[in-house]
Amino acid sequence: MSLKQKLATGLLMVALGASAASAQSLVYCSEGSPEGFDPALYTAGTTFDASSHPIYNRLAEFKVGTTEVIPALAESWEVSEDGMTVTFSLRQGVQFHSNDMFTPTRDFNADDVIFSFNRQKNDDHPYNGVSGGTWEYFDGMSMPDLVDSIEKVDDYTVQFNLTRPEAPFIANMAMDFASIVSAEYGQAMLDAGTPEMMNQAPIGTGPFKFQAYQKDAVIRYLRNDDYWGDPAKVEALIFAITPDASVRYQKVQAGECHVMAYPNPADVQAMKDAEDIVVMEQEGLNVGYLAYNSTQAPFDNVNVRRALNMAIDKQAIIDVVFQGSGQIAKNPIPPTMWSYNDAIVDDPYDPEGAKAMLEAEGITDLSMKIWAMPVQRPYNPNARRMAELIQEDFSNVGVEVEIVSYEWGEYLSRSRELDRDGAVLLGWTGDNGDPDNFLAVLLGCDGRENSNRAQWCHQPFEDLIQQAKVLPTQEERQPLYEQAQVIFKEQAPWATIAHSVVYMTMRPEVEGYVVHPLGGHIFNQVGLSQ
Amino acid sequence: MLNYVLSRLLTFVPTFIGVTLISFAFIRVLPGDPIIVMAGERGLTDERYAELSAQFGFDRPMYVQFWEYLTGVLQGDLGNSFVTKKPVWDEFFALFPATLELSICAMIFAVVLGLPAGVIAAVNRGKFFDRALMSTALIGYSMPIFWWALLLIIVFSGNLQWTPVSGRIDLIYYFPNATGFMLIDSIASGQSGAFTSAVRHLILPTIVLGTIPLAVIARQTRSAMLEVLGEDYIRTARAKGLSPGRINGVHALRNALIPVITVIGLSVGTLLAGAILTETIFSWPGIGKWMVDSIFRRDYPVVQGGLLLIAVMVMIVNLTVDMLYGVINPKIRKR
Repeated sequence: MSLKQKLATGLLMVALGASAASAQSLVYCSEGSPEGFDPALYTAGTTFDASSHPIYNRLAEFKVGTTEVIPALAESWEVSEDGMTVTFSLRQGVQFHSNDMFTPTRDFNADDVIFSFNRQKNDDHPYNGVSGGTWEYFDGMSMPDLVDSIEKVDDYTVQFNLTRPEAPFIANMAMDFASIVSAEYGQAMLDAGTPEMMNQAPIGTGPFKFQAYQKDAVIRYLRNDDYWGDPAKVEALIFAITPDASVRYQKVQAGECHVMAYPNPADVQAMKDAEDIVVMEQEGLNVGYLAYNSTQAPFDNVNVRRALNMAIDKQAIIDVVFQGSGQIAKNPIPPTMWSYNDAIVDDPYDPEGAKAMLEAEGITDLSMKIWAMPVQRPYNPNARRMAELIQEDFSNVGVEVEIVSYEWGEYLSRSRELDRDGAVLLGWTGDNGDPDNFLAVLLGCDGRENSNRAQWCHQPFEDLIQQAKVLPTQEERQPLYEQAQVIFKEQAPWATIAHSVVYMTMRPEVEGYVVHPLGGHIFNQVGLSQ
Repeated sequence: MLNYVLSRLLTFVPTFIGVTLISFAFIRVLPGDPIIVMAGERGLTDERYAELSAQFGFDRPMYVQFWEYLTGVLQGDLGNSFVTKKPVWDEFFALFPATLELSICAMIFAVVLGLPAGVIAAVNRGKFFDRALMSTALIGYSMPIFWWALLLIIVFSGNLQWTPVSGRIDLIYYFPNATGFMLIDSIASGQSGAFTSAVRHLILPTIVLGTIPLAVIARQTRSAMLEVLGEDYIRTARAKGLSPGRINGVHALRNALIPVITVIGLSVGTLLAGAILTETIFSWPGIGKWMVDSIFRRDYPVVQGGLLLIAVMVMIVNLTVDMLYGVINPKIRKR
């Protein structure tokens, strides 16, 4: 139809009073646009909210509201005794979605699993370079080194051969990058010469089917009535992309959306007081910290680090920097994570004691640098302000602080250096709900000159986390991680500062929403009361 | 006239090359490596860094990278976004109609209100109308856009509920975006109420984006009119007994228009700058926010491609303004 014809028809329809279709739709005011719809290509939570959660499934998934890993497209899995092979038994009768370009001719099977991972793993795979694929998460979780090969045992059994035993592997399979895509769709798009459609017009097995995306404006999904699990409660899911937090709040108030993410901390109290607004909260799966450079004097002295930790008034930081939307961190992992050691007692806020301890170590006129991040992160909404508060705290114990900052890319790269001058404010948001993802990545010896900003390598701690990494069950691993947290506290490579609190704001008619500790926004189980 | 147009067009070439070079250099001068920013807190190994560097072409000398960019541009290829992996060209044209639609509405709003306001103020110089209009214009000019936008949203969308809070159309309307211009597409969709909804969504962003150009146009029209009203030929016209409407509307305004049109042309740049904030607040899917996000992410192809395209737009607008001078004042095209 030409534009002229469309216009003419449009005017006619307006005249006839044709009505717009309206289904029971859940509208979510999201904070930004997805980078695309193939979760393996990207790393942003906003992208995962729009892709992996509604459209796709994984072999294993996180039970909504917990970090517990439950079966999904794999009904069960078995780890060999030596921990070197993991065999997944796949669910039968699972259908992929269809769209204008593609209708599946078969159900989900082992070929789809192999396709989903081999495209990320093998450089010579036809999809390896499609859409500029850099497969950041697959690489970031060390999958290329860990996975030796993937074998199809039969149509519904897949075996992963690993290069070493690794307990967090199953949790990795529940991460967004491990979403299962259709091999058949991949082949169809390759044959059609449009492989990028995998990313732009996604086909998955998830509870919602992708309908349309208008860049920076709106994403539409329809319920997948053939879903293998519990079907979604609403007929349509709409993401109204609304970057400004104040405007999102206005939209919820005006009934233009049902749920919104990331309210302004300053608005939270007013939201809690409002009658027609529901606010949910949960600790985020993150930690904000100040990492000393444990290789440089005098910060190589554990007593100096512990004394400085005692000088920090963390409650003031929570009140001023987080405006209440945070909680004091005493451990390097957040309280929602299994193996969190709640028996640990945090360093007391004791400036006098800190001063005495520093004097006992012969430290009288220490001056140091504190690095303040130039960007806002969930675990640190205002690093400059945080640095200023710590500067004041340290000056109370006779330590002079100079605050430094760099552009974000420079900050990340310079703070990695082994001989870095100063303590760095930084943080981490968990990927897979496994303690290894915090303790090994941020504090393991291999992470030095990279994500271990304290440049800390302490053998007793390292032994525990390496041992825990290869034990098969959570019960066996837990005591080791709890002990590792005790050693961390004694050695104090960081001042643990805060875990953020995540708020979700919604209208009262929204039913069944659960705040997910891994940070995603999931609407499969959410309904609307009439 | 043809010679005039050609001589104007010739100035395009060096400007275009200059803009290409500046847009390429500008984003690279900023500190911050896109690969490190992309990796975030996680960091990456040196081998992986080298691999990605080679994939993005950063391992080659700068002049080679520029040459490839330039040859790409001349063939209509602006490269792919590092972040979304999609062609810059496609992204620009998916978003540009939204910015254009909003800018045109804002400009119409500014001109339709600004010109008469300036004329009325000039004719009533020193009187109540003049003072009231010019004070309002000064306030309009000084108002921070984000504050003004939030104020309007809270009053008109929040309290009075006369206008929607943000977006381009109510979400119940769903139709393909054939042209990208919501006013046209909503009519073409044939869905009842879609066009009205699109218009209602345009009201507040139009007012917010149009406020500064409106104030500038009103003030400029006033001062240009005052200058012209003091000319001998106006006195002659008055002496001949022409009606005040004819004197002000035909003899004075037409001659006062040259500086006003210059200001309108320059306002296009202001509109694009203002669009960044307006688009962010009203969740308007245009190029303003797209560019800002890309700068923060160090998305080189988008920043350099987007800058180039915006610069070309501004150049075209300026060319059009130059042409209009010739239409309004025949003396100019004969020079």
